[in-house]
Amino acid sequence: MGRITLNNVGKSFGAVEVIPPLDLTIEDGEFVVFVGPSGCGKSTLLRLIAGLEDVSGGQIRIDGADATGLPPARRGLAMVFQSYALYPHMSVRKNIAFPLRMAGMDKAEQDRRVAEAARVLNLTDYLDRRPGQLSGGQRQRVAIGRAIVREPAAFLFDEPLSNLDAALRVGMRLEISELHERLKTTMVYVTHDQVEAMTMADKIVVLNAGRIEQVGSPLDLYRRPRNVFVAGFIGSPRMNLITGPEAARHGAHTIGIRPEHIRVSDDETCIWKGEVGVSEHLGSDTYFHIHMAGRDEPLTVRAGGDVDLYHGDTICLKPDEAHIHRFDEKGHRIE
Amino acid sequence: MATKASRAAARLMISPAVLLLLGWMIVPLSLTVYFSFLRYNLLMPGDNPFVGWENYQWFVTDTSFTAAMVNTLLLVGGVLLITVLGGILFALLLDQPMWGQGVIRIMVIAPFFVMPTVSGLVWKNMFMNPVNGIFGHIAQGLGMAPIDFFSQVPLLSIIGIVSWQWLPFATLILLTALQSLDQEQLEAAEMDGASWPARFWFIMLPHLARAITVVILIQTIFLLSVFAEILVTTNGGPGTATTNLTYLIYVSSLLQYDVGMGSAGGVIAIILANIVAIFLMRMIGKNLDA
Ligand SMILES: Nc1ncnc2c1ncn2[C@@H]1O[C@H](COP(=O)(O)OP(=O)(O)O)[C@@H](O)[C@H]1O
Ligand SMILES: [Mg+2]
Repeated sequence: MGRITLNNVGKSFGAVEVIPPLDLTIEDGEFVVFVGPSGCGKSTLLRLIAGLEDVSGGQIRIDGADATGLPPARRGLAMVFQSYALYPHMSVRKNIAFPLRMAGMDKAEQDRRVAEAARVLNLTDYLDRRPGQLSGGQRQRVAIGRAIVREPAAFLFDEPLSNLDAALRVGMRLEISELHERLKTTMVYVTHDQVEAMTMADKIVVLNAGRIEQVGSPLDLYRRPRNVFVAGFIGSPRMNLITGPEAARHGAHTIGIRPEHIRVSDDETCIWKGEVGVSEHLGSDTYFHIHMAGRDEPLTVRAGGDVDLYHGDTICLKPDEAHIHRFDEKGHRIE
Repeated sequence: MATKASRAAARLMISPAVLLLLGWMIVPLSLTVYFSFLRYNLLMPGDNPFVGWENYQWFVTDTSFTAAMVNTLLLVGGVLLITVLGGILFALLLDQPMWGQGVIRIMVIAPFFVMPTVSGLVWKNMFMNPVNGIFGHIAQGLGMAPIDFFSQVPLLSIIGIVSWQWLPFATLILLTALQSLDQEQLEAAEMDGASWPARFWFIMLPHLARAITVVILIQTIFLLSVFAEILVTTNGGPGTATTNLTYLIYVSSLLQYDVGMGSAGGVIAIILANIVAIFLMRMIGKNLDA
């Protein structure tokens, strides 16, 4: 079990309101990702749920019971920190067993659970090493091991992969997703990386300056961003946002169109015209940065890997009208 | 800088400094060793015959030697115990966020800058004096007989004074160490269900182990040679109750004018200090590796 509800939860540090009061429900067994730019209050929100910070107002319920005033240990949640926060003077075995030892569990049961966690996480051969003798990925797994042995109601992850190199990050992402499939325990995962959010989440919570901009499944957010912020944040490369006469023509203040919804064409039905700038060849796809008259920022366009266009070429662009997102002056979506 | 030629050049360059240091150390040391084998008393002029181990024999079999050894151990051990425990306590307190933190920290450090003679005299006259001292006044105010510290509990009084001087040092080192502890580790332990005592025992104390070793090593070296505090308060008395090894050497060479005997004591002190140093180096080496 692990259903977490936040009612009107807010947090201020002194006079600075980092998180204005917000409501959020995290269902049992869900993989929820908090995503947003650095400094938007993701960690703070996670720490409020964990109990490492006191709320300035509102109520936190875990499985229906009020947990607002409970100390972290009694909330039944386990947390994995960005710095791993392993205990450097203890062996891997002792690190993983630490929460069990603190709970006063008997030695045989401790050993059994540690062995099981080590098997799942491929750490069996490293149980007697110190954290300092492990690689980044292994340390990360020890931190996860320390969390799973407790069999918590929910896992909290605070940017667990940001200290790893790119290749390892992809691997660990899969491992964490697999772990979620197997355990079916609620997971709350904080990241500033929208790729992590898109690939791992059942439900994404987009945060901006402490406010929730949108909550929904990854494809929901991708297909129907509720405002300009979400539109620009979710998706890589970013959605092209266009203001001015072209937007007005569509009856909006801002229109957005994703790189894959613009076609490069050489026929005469030219809707937008531009000059090719930098191109990024990925093999399967090519991203062109197109400079258009009257726009400072280049437009990003996705084309197949075999489109031959070169720096300085003038080309025609054809946006897919069905996939144009329209936003009003306040940045809200117009249906 | 790792070729053979460059290493040879490096050795050549630093050799004058090394030789100077070596001479600086070797000359007084050999003179001390040399004198320790002579019958050399300033009250009995004349030739100074070579007497072999006689000085050592006399020094070691003297009853005040045993007393001095025991006192030295009690003094060093007592002060270490008080300063390490007290230092941990103060460091934990000073690590808490509080109003006027900077000023409080400076005040805690202050005793370290008071000269040993001065602090000895201040404690002797203003605190521990049974008639004029604050402790005496307090005792009288409570209707008890004032304690005459330097005659009733002389060694304990000296331990108290020296601890007061060294507590700031221990506090400072331990506080710095405590502040370098990763806060996320403490938070992780909190999430893992560790109570405050458990966090202290399993997380903070192991983190402080290295700093504690450093405190013990440095303090031991200085505490073996405590002298001024004894000189200005008890003069090693009553009897030999507060005579430590350093003070005993002072008594035999300067009060009894026996240079030979004093030198013998000095050599013994050097050997003892080196034994302690080797022992501590081993300990600290092990701790620093981990
Ligand atoms: N203990 C604190 N005291 C004061 N301000 C804080 C504290 N912790 C975080 N903040 C502020 O709250 C904001 C959100 O921080 P954080 O939750 O760490 O952001 P994120 O994890 O999204 O990058 C930041 O502007 C940060 O400066
Ligand atoms: Mg953060």
